[in-house]
Amino acid sequence: MKGWQQFWRQLSVFGLLALALTGCGREELSTLQPSGPVAAMQFDLMKLSSAIMIGVFIVVMLIFTYVLIRYRKRPGQQGIPKQVEGNHALEILWTVIPFLLLIVMAVPTVTTGFELHKTYPKEEALQVKVTAHQFWWEFEYPDLGVATAQDLVLPVGKKVQFTVTSADVMHAFWIPALGGKIDTNPGQENKIWLQADKTGIFYGKCAELCGASHALMDFKVEVMDQAAFDSWSKGMKGVQAAEPVAASAASAAQGQEIFNKSCLGCHAVAGKGGKMGPNLTNFADRERVAGILAHTPENVAEWLKDPQKVKPGNNMPNLNLDDAQTKALVDYLQTLSVK
Amino acid sequence: MSAHASHAPKRSGLWDWLTTVDHKKIAILYLIAGGIFFLAGGFEALLIRLQLMYPESSVVGAKTFNELITMHGTTMIFLAAMPIIFALMNAVVPLQIGARDVAFPFVNSLGFWLFFFGGVLLNTSWFLGGAPDAGWTSYTTLALNQFSGHGVDFYVLGLQIAGIGTLIGGINFLVTIINMRAPGMTFMRMPMFTWSAFVTSGLILFAFPAITVGLVLLMFDRLFGGNFFNPDAGGNVVIWEHLFWIFGHPEVYILILPAFGVISEVISTFARKRLFGYSSMVFATALIGFLGFMVWAHHMFTTGLGAIANTLFGLATMLIAVPTGIKIFNWLLTMWGGQIRFTSANLWAVGFIPTFTIGGMTGVMLAIPPADYQYHDSYFVVAHFHYVIVGGLIFGLFAGLHYWWPKMFGKMLNETLGKWNFWTFFIGFHLTFFPQHFLGLMGMPRRVFTYLKDQNLDFGNFISTIGAFGMTIGTILFVVNIIVTANSSKRAPADPWDGRTLEWSIPSPPPEYNFAQTPLVRGLDAFWIEKVAGNKGMTPAEPLGDIHMPSPSFLPFMMSVGLFIAGYGFMYHNYVVVVIGLLVTFACMFLRSVNDDPGYHIHEDEIEEVKA
Repeated sequence: MKGWQQFWRQLSVFGLLALALTGCGREELSTLQPSGPVAAMQFDLMKLSSAIMIGVFIVVMLIFTYVLIRYRKRPGQQGIPKQVEGNHALEILWTVIPFLLLIVMAVPTVTTGFELHKTYPKEEALQVKVTAHQFWWEFEYPDLGVATAQDLVLPVGKKVQFTVTSADVMHAFWIPALGGKIDTNPGQENKIWLQADKTGIFYGKCAELCGASHALMDFKVEVMDQAAFDSWSKGMKGVQAAEPVAASAASAAQGQEIFNKSCLGCHAVAGKGGKMGPNLTNFADRERVAGILAHTPENVAEWLKDPQKVKPGNNMPNLNLDDAQTKALVDYLQTLSVK
Repeated sequence: MSAHASHAPKRSGLWDWLTTVDHKKIAILYLIAGGIFFLAGGFEALLIRLQLMYPESSVVGAKTFNELITMHGTTMIFLAAMPIIFALMNAVVPLQIGARDVAFPFVNSLGFWLFFFGGVLLNTSWFLGGAPDAGWTSYTTLALNQFSGHGVDFYVLGLQIAGIGTLIGGINFLVTIINMRAPGMTFMRMPMFTWSAFVTSGLILFAFPAITVGLVLLMFDRLFGGNFFNPDAGGNVVIWEHLFWIFGHPEVYILILPAFGVISEVISTFARKRLFGYSSMVFATALIGFLGFMVWAHHMFTTGLGAIANTLFGLATMLIAVPTGIKIFNWLLTMWGGQIRFTSANLWAVGFIPTFTIGGMTGVMLAIPPADYQYHDSYFVVAHFHYVIVGGLIFGLFAGLHYWWPKMFGKMLNETLGKWNFWTFFIGFHLTFFPQHFLGLMGMPRRVFTYLKDQNLDFGNFISTIGAFGMTIGTILFVVNIIVTANSSKRAPADPWDGRTLEWSIPSPPPEYNFAQTPLVRGLDAFWIEKVAGNKGMTPAEPLGDIHMPSPSFLPFMMSVGLFIAGYGFMYHNYVVVVIGLLVTFACMFLRSVNDDPGYHIHEDEIEEVKA
């Protein structure tokens, strides 16, 4: 029988085809292209364990293939095969070898495990507090006196100590290219450290089912050099200590009026406003609208017109704005920049 | 018919099925009900894959998608896999140990009806305001009233009712296997499938109380305003995870061990060799069962238990690879030197080996906590557990069904259709789940109703959905095969495969008393020993005599109906309905207690008639 042939054909054709056509995924997202020491350590463990496991698989398949070809029943075959009770030497062999292989994997497992669970004080690492909400992310930098949402801004090459929690249900904080995830549990705090060794944008995900828009609970990680980060945090701090600036253009001023009336209860801008929804101080600098849509005025308008359509189940009410009001609000939101 | 026939209550048609306490008929009931739920769960899976075929598509909405994944997982584990396992255990275990029935036939019937009505209750949620949508794991606080709909109440009550059924079913098999083995059948002469049923039943005994406790606490939170899992009132969300997985991990072994048992039987029969390393297989089965209870926290590596807990649970998990490896190599060596026949049943068993090996390999990879921080809740995990549960358990069940179908129904499944069924399902399966390993590594979280265009996840998802069509075709072919077989008039012989164990020594399907005379067991593979010695059948251990049988009863059905009604009362806070439902159940229990039912006898001359 050619069960094994079919099997290998699939494995090679479709598995490898999938890999070849998609590479190793997007650099911003893939765990296979680590961009920091945590993801790199984890990738090393993945490589080690897959290498050992593929070795085991090859041994199994060699025996399997040989047995199926050599001992298939042939026409006219007579007699009963020899009934073998077992073989102690062989059975001990395939008990001991797996043990040895496991020990090879266990050693780096233990050392890496403890390495990843270290916590770093503020002298050694940037401290960031992450609070997950249905369906957005809140980031606070307690030592810098800065808070933002949806876009996490980090300096390159520096350890970041995250303290994560949730305001409602369980979520999980995951930036695949920088390192593995940690759950955000309501009523508890978890710690994780990560570090980005490349500047650029990385994709962050929520990995724990958290309701209707779980799939859309993305965030972006913007990694910049230390000088740019310092100037960003200084700018943010200055703005967040002050009152919101009055918009100059007529349309934006009208939008600001609507914003102050309808939005400020939930969304903070500069030093004013509520914490129910994402902080919008640097809204215009964001990579994405609502974490998923390209940052264009059209998409901002789409979100404002019907938030439930873009992210089902989110907590933002429909403000029932007409086109003019929407445009004014979009114009105002586009002025919220600290860059 | 002889004059004594009036001793046996004559029932026919539907009434016979509603009242039967015969393990062989209950097996068929489990198979039909489990099969229907399997088709429902499969349909849900197909909708899931259709939604994910292209990025940003909208075949189903976000909320519906979450209902589909919740119901797919819950249905497949509790309402499809478990019942079909129970179908095989009911059909085969009493026969393999030379018993006339299970230890408690009435309880056996009750177990089935509780499962059935629990499953029906859960599925009515689709028509009563929406299915549960918090995932099959129902993690709190998402599963609390504040964050999820009425559907979760159906989950909480449906699973409690079905869970009681499974628990009493498991206890029944423990007692049966311990007490009712034929003379000479020591523990170390029991067929491997019976061994796996025994260990599985032990796991059920210890694992199901944990989920029951969890479900009761969740019921208090949801229905009566309790705060066990509400952090705002001092509750703790991680406690639910522990309770769930203290059940949920052994559950994986409850599912896979019977498949191991089936594979051991099928491979050894179709290689015409005794199982290689029988005693190490038994030891490995028991060890896997034991270790299964020690590793639940490997589902919680990212929960924040800390480095020490994660490392210990990780290393304990890796250890399971050792007994599992022993099994894989023993199966290979069982075939070594044999005469392998590739029947449909054996194709599934042979296909199981590489597939399950891959599932086991990724299992070891997942047991490394630091790497698991990347795999956890990603499609890598989805790929892994489908390789284990579909590639392991479902392949095993298909092998078992093709193998024992003649014994259960007295007819042979069509081999050509069986082979088409295998190949379409097998290829479809690998096409569906192999790319998902890479999707996970490339950053796709599980349980997402869609994914964005620019993330390089399109191709893998597309291939995966194409594979799902293959599995669908395979499943449809199996249904076609059943219909074709049912309509054919070809009778199955008593021993179509040149079997080794006791069930093949009696007619297909067996008479209601199974063995006219309890057989004497003289070693492992009892029937094979007799055949090799040139004997026509088993040597009897007792003279021919009257056989005592239990009476059929409608009470198990009504007891389950009572709990079914009470379940709705609880969910809709209508306590009159609760009282009515519970009264029905308690009245049936009372009747069962006061009614002295001695059963009936099948007389010696009737047995002779059947034999001749």
